[in-house]
Amino acid sequence: MTTGTRSPRRTAPSATAGGSELAGTPRLLRLAARRDRFLLPIWVVALGLVVLASVASIAGLYGTEAERVQYAVAVAPSVIARAFEGPIFGTSLGAILMTETFGMLSVLVGIMSVQAVVRHTRLEEETGRAELVGAAVVGRHAPLTAALLLAFGASLAVGAVTVVVLLAYGLPAGGALLAGLLLMGVGWGFAGVAAIPAQVAGSARGANGLAGAAIGLAYFLRAVGDALGEVAPSGVAVTSAWPSWLSPIGWGQQGQAFAGDRWWVLGLFAAAVVTTVALAFTLTRHRDVGSGMRPVGAGPASASAALRSPLGLAWRLQRGSVLGWSAGLVLAAGAFGAIGEEVDAFLETSEELVDLFAQLGDSEELVDLFIVFLMALLAVAVGAFAVQGVLRLRGEEVSGRAEPLLATAVARPRWIASHLTVVALASLGMLLAAGLAGGTAYGLATGEWGSRFGDWVVAAVVALPAVLALGALAAAAVGLLPRRSVAIGWGAVGVSLVLGQLGALLDLPQWVLNVSPFTHVPAVPSEELRWLPLLVLLAAAAGLSAAGLVAFRRRDLRA
Amino acid sequence: MTASAIHVAGLTKAFGPVTALDRFDLDVTVGEVHGFLGPNGAGKSTTIRVLLGLLRRDRGEVVVLGGDPWDDAVALHRRLAYVPGEVHLWPNLTGGEAIDLLGELRGGLDQRRRAELVERFGLDPTRRCSTYSKGNRQKVAIISAFASRVELYLLDEPTSGLDPLMDTVFQACVREVTAEGGTVLLSSHVLAEVEALGDRVTIIRDGRTVESGTLAELRHLTRTSIAVETLRPLDGLADLAGLHDVAVDGVHARFEVEPEALGAVQRWLADREVVALTSSPPTLQQLFLRHYGERLTDAEVADAPEDVS
Repeated sequence: MTTGTRSPRRTAPSATAGGSELAGTPRLLRLAARRDRFLLPIWVVALGLVVLASVASIAGLYGTEAERVQYAVAVAPSVIARAFEGPIFGTSLGAILMTETFGMLSVLVGIMSVQAVVRHTRLEEETGRAELVGAAVVGRHAPLTAALLLAFGASLAVGAVTVVVLLAYGLPAGGALLAGLLLMGVGWGFAGVAAIPAQVAGSARGANGLAGAAIGLAYFLRAVGDALGEVAPSGVAVTSAWPSWLSPIGWGQQGQAFAGDRWWVLGLFAAAVVTTVALAFTLTRHRDVGSGMRPVGAGPASASAALRSPLGLAWRLQRGSVLGWSAGLVLAAGAFGAIGEEVDAFLETSEELVDLFAQLGDSEELVDLFIVFLMALLAVAVGAFAVQGVLRLRGEEVSGRAEPLLATAVARPRWIASHLTVVALASLGMLLAAGLAGGTAYGLATGEWGSRFGDWVVAAVVALPAVLALGALAAAAVGLLPRRSVAIGWGAVGVSLVLGQLGALLDLPQWVLNVSPFTHVPAVPSEELRWLPLLVLLAAAAGLSAAGLVAFRRRDLRA
Repeated sequence: MTASAIHVAGLTKAFGPVTALDRFDLDVTVGEVHGFLGPNGAGKSTTIRVLLGLLRRDRGEVVVLGGDPWDDAVALHRRLAYVPGEVHLWPNLTGGEAIDLLGELRGGLDQRRRAELVERFGLDPTRRCSTYSKGNRQKVAIISAFASRVELYLLDEPTSGLDPLMDTVFQACVREVTAEGGTVLLSSHVLAEVEALGDRVTIIRDGRTVESGTLAELRHLTRTSIAVETLRPLDGLADLAGLHDVAVDGVHARFEVEPEALGAVQRWLADREVVALTSSPPTLQQLFLRHYGERLTDAEVADAPEDVS
């Protein structure tokens, strides 16, 4: 806080490039870099470790050319593998690494970029710090430019670390450099994309939500494009369909590092960055500091009966986020449910793929495994919502909005419980909606309803205890370690995502996989529904929530 | 002995290495407006947050409306209303919704009074809180507090964003609630506000009580400013006891005089045939400034009166 308000003032006199719309940018960049001096290096190191772990595991799993060809032959024709992981372009170690990990790395780099841009633009405006800064000798575009440069720098660092790791593993220099540049390009592209909602949205939360949706859309577009693609005559490579080319993540994969090495794809990123940044600058010129593009309309003069309770307020505050996440989940589950039709047809064509997916569960039925695989991914997404929803408590506390509320006759446990209730019910609703959407789309595509429809719903809802456990961990952190709660909550989501997506690939020991609550969710419908792990997860969720509640009752507010 | 609304004795609260409150004392009796004065960072907000049970005290005795603010928080919060110094509201709620929400959670609003206050403060309750200025956000908290019929009002620099006109409305509201038997703890660094409303005053500095008493008692500690013109030269004025900041220019002089010395100075001046004399009554401002001043010059700390009783 102190640095946020003091430093700009200190820097003001030296920012002398008067008249320029970029005046003061270097100082603001240094301020932003100082404020993120722990956060961004952690991102860079963590992403570097993911690259390192991935390349090590792939080198171990597919050490010989024969093994890699076998893998490529299995993956190239698989609609599901193409949709969830990415297109394959060759049988080299690097090419397989790109197929397996580039999509997820892109999403993570995208989140890092988007959050950095919004954090240093819109969030600054909301806290009022931007006003203080804006009154100094600081150009109109300086805050956005500084935020973009910071995000660019972080992506550059991620790219550089990637190149170093890949070179250290003895991969070809050209491919390694291109892979690093492509990953950097994705980060730059999403930083530019985030600059637009940072101007248009009504709030920082809204800006983060819109930019996050853009990342999801980018992943989705390339999944569709890759799923619709065709297998090359070689049998070990894929030509993606056009939707992949609408997505920055798609561009990164189409750069074909370690295979075709299409350097010109980097030009697409450059064009995207220039276009989005130019658009954002234009928007900046047309809006007031602190407000979005849309005027804020009038509302009710008095509170409805539904709002007049902690629970009503919690729902009101979480409503937008619940609806946004639900829409995304329903869309994703529906889309994948619809392509699930091809699973049956595909089952007959590839024995290798059956073996590959059979690792996920006991069932011989590929559709079962597909449902398990998809729902595991969506469940982690619901877990991310739950953590975000619970951390809202900390946000309310830090922003000072909890103070007047807790100065009324609302007991602290009741306040915490109100948000936990909303998050828990919304999580259940989302899982149900995802299951229903997947089952419906699958039924429409295949004409198969009956028990199969039930499988979709059960596979989704069975993850609820794991989602609750993840949210409850965030609640415990809010009570016990408030200052670290955001890092702990999102860290847990990241660990769950990485273990879920890369766990099998990295061949991690079971005790490591067991760290993620999602590991313990029975792989319904490919396995039997076992109640014990679910009850244990529920007990953990209850215990963690209670710990958070008790600790919050005992500590100072805004500690 | 009148009933006590707030009793604080030896309250200590530290945030890590920083001691925010250091053996702080405060007594507020039922039905009074108690001014709570102190420079920025003196510990006013920390005190009020302890009184609300938002912060946990390290040591000391704290009784609010007969209860313990930490253990009996919810029961006490039904009987009190709080206006924070910095009001943060939910950006997507309207002002009217926020007023109702906070009032309802406190245990209910007087709807007629709410409507009347919205009118008097000139607040548009249909606007989103994100579009409110600081003063308007302050109004939301003030209206919500005064529309609740409670026994105790804890107001933390409540007028910091209000214009003078709204200040007047606010002062009227404070008089109304005290006329109905309410008790008000009014933290402020606006001295005029406290002088206009306060029955008694506690001054806090660096987390300690430095003065406490009625306004009359505290004025007693302050000096009267005098500007005088005489026929005969005023040589020797500066040598009188109890005078401060003396500026003599022949037959003109300006100085400040302690209450005890007033009589002597008057007699001394009478001998020199007064032509014109203006005397400004002592204000809290001076007392306050002296306490600010003491932070700068340690020399003066020694003569500062430590106790008023």
